[in-house]
Amino acid sequence: MMTPQSIAGAVERAPVRITDTTLRDGSHAVAHQFTEEQVRAVTRALDDSGVQVIEVAHGDGLSGSSFNYGFSRTDELRLIAAAADEARNARIAVLLLPGLGTAHDLLLAHDAGASLVRVATHCTEANVSIQHFEAARALGMETVGFLMLSHRVGGAELAAQARVMVDAGCQCVYVVDSAGWLLPSDAAERVSAVFNEIGADAQVGFHGHQNLSLGIANSIAAYEAGAAQIDGTLCALGAGAGNSPIEILATVFERMGVPTGIDVDKILDAAENVLEPLITRLPVADRASIEQGRFGVYSSFLLHAERAADRYGVPTHEILREIGIAGYVGGQEDMIIDVALQLAATRQD
Amino acid sequence: MTTLTRPSTMATAAIVGPGNIGTDLLAKLQRSPLINVQYMVGVDATSDGLSRARKEGVQASHGGVDWLLAQSELPDLVFEATSAQAHLANAQRYKEAGITAIDLTPAAVGPFVCPAVNLNEHAASPNINMITCGGQATIPIVAAVSEVVPVEYAEIVASIASRSAGLGTRQNIDEFTVTTAKAIESIGGATRGKAIIILNPVSPPMIMRDTVYCSIPADADRQAIRDSILRMVVKVQQYVPGYSLRSEPQFDDPHPRWGGKARVAVFLEVRGNGDHLPEWAGNLDIMTAAAVRVGELVIEARGAVA
Repeated sequence: MMTPQSIAGAVERAPVRITDTTLRDGSHAVAHQFTEEQVRAVTRALDDSGVQVIEVAHGDGLSGSSFNYGFSRTDELRLIAAAADEARNARIAVLLLPGLGTAHDLLLAHDAGASLVRVATHCTEANVSIQHFEAARALGMETVGFLMLSHRVGGAELAAQARVMVDAGCQCVYVVDSAGWLLPSDAAERVSAVFNEIGADAQVGFHGHQNLSLGIANSIAAYEAGAAQIDGTLCALGAGAGNSPIEILATVFERMGVPTGIDVDKILDAAENVLEPLITRLPVADRASIEQGRFGVYSSFLLHAERAADRYGVPTHEILREIGIAGYVGGQEDMIIDVALQLAATRQD
Repeated sequence: MTTLTRPSTMATAAIVGPGNIGTDLLAKLQRSPLINVQYMVGVDATSDGLSRARKEGVQASHGGVDWLLAQSELPDLVFEATSAQAHLANAQRYKEAGITAIDLTPAAVGPFVCPAVNLNEHAASPNINMITCGGQATIPIVAAVSEVVPVEYAEIVASIASRSAGLGTRQNIDEFTVTTAKAIESIGGATRGKAIIILNPVSPPMIMRDTVYCSIPADADRQAIRDSILRMVVKVQQYVPGYSLRSEPQFDDPHPRWGGKARVAVFLEVRGNGDHLPEWAGNLDIMTAAAVRVGELVIEARGAVA
């Protein structure tokens, strides 16, 4: 019988570590309303499936609970502690955006059970992460760097920024396609450039979004270009049109003969029977999120833009387009209201 | 302007730190009717800032604070535009020499001061700290809302052009969020404060933007809050002409996720005066403009001017 593994033949491929971020990036899609019970159920299912790293935090990272990004229903430290309590083999990761989260927040997350931190900066601003990598290493945590909105610059600039992170103690730098803008060739070019710069000292990762339905294709391209860590979420739950679905990543890598450590039957079961019943609205590539991919807009702006559209009577996709043209970066959610106000004023003229 | 002879009754000042901030301070102080910059001090003989100051007729030296304190005529004020570390080392020496320090670094030796809000309480302090750029831009608004209603929680988002964020800010960005949050509470009057800073590298550079969110009681008098905010904006405009509202303050109805509180959101733009620093660097301009304002008010309070 033809098994999925046998199709790929006998060539041994380098393994890839898939990090699940359903409970962090997916938090955007549920407006940061996860309960402790939901976090426990999802963590248990992911852990049973062989996922090695599970990220848990507010969608905007530690201390993201705010007017600007939305208040968490449950304190993220409680969610982190619950996940750490459920996981038997998987390790719990947290996200930290310098300028929002602090080294002190990291200490609290570490005490709650997180053993890995992903420090995220805009793709040209890596040096704001230095103090947090140093703090993480002092705590003995594993470190990952996130270069967000990586489409805004080319491979050479990304590689230079990745070097700054690695020199600060970062063990893997991700090319993060926060807007779901990259095409597979773009993803390959950027991962390859970063790999050439830091490959001897650290790993390279890739984080995709589905705004143009390319999360999986970009992840494959990234793997072929040297990425050793890839992000996904159950049922694609995430900002914008969602993340690369982890159940498809696991299936595709199985087809390619790339070891992930994930049991495909179990992760498919987790997506269908654990996550899907919990979620009232799964992300889709609709007009607004496609415009995010088209104009390079930070994916987590979507729900905020929908609310501003509602409040000020202007179309969501028009707000997002203006945001993209203005070049706003991750964290500038306040500009969504400002743009909606300006659009509404123009309409009245 | 620089050829005008200054009255002998003017207070004297030294600027320590001849970088971009120090040079912008000099440009602003040269227009002051109350303060005469007598000295510009650095540690690098090749500093552009020192030679620029000399061209302006200011005595400039790379001999550092040792040189300054060895002068027979000591200044009334010193503007510290170096680093927190340097100011921590210098603060006591200024104090012993009887020089009032206006500190633009994050050292926080002296009390936090925002000239539109709390200078009167600290005009006689030997050392005054200028908080942070985001603090100078947003705390007046938090204070304006606090004057009308209790503010349980205030949150600010400061967006600045990447090019205006120096290495010092970048290496210790936590210091910005922690210090600003503290000052939102202690000076702005919020029970709990939170600060967020975003660096945006877009080209051409974006002008500094600040957003202030305050939680307010469900039945708050919105008109009174709005009027208080507008009055405060006029007050800040007296020393930062490019400080403006992007739109009317936005009021949102009470929400269960906000603990049943309502919210006011205020959207600000801070365009710099374009003295030495470019207009988009409103974050740096508001620090130097506020520092000059503090210097003038300190001198006025002393009655040192005839």
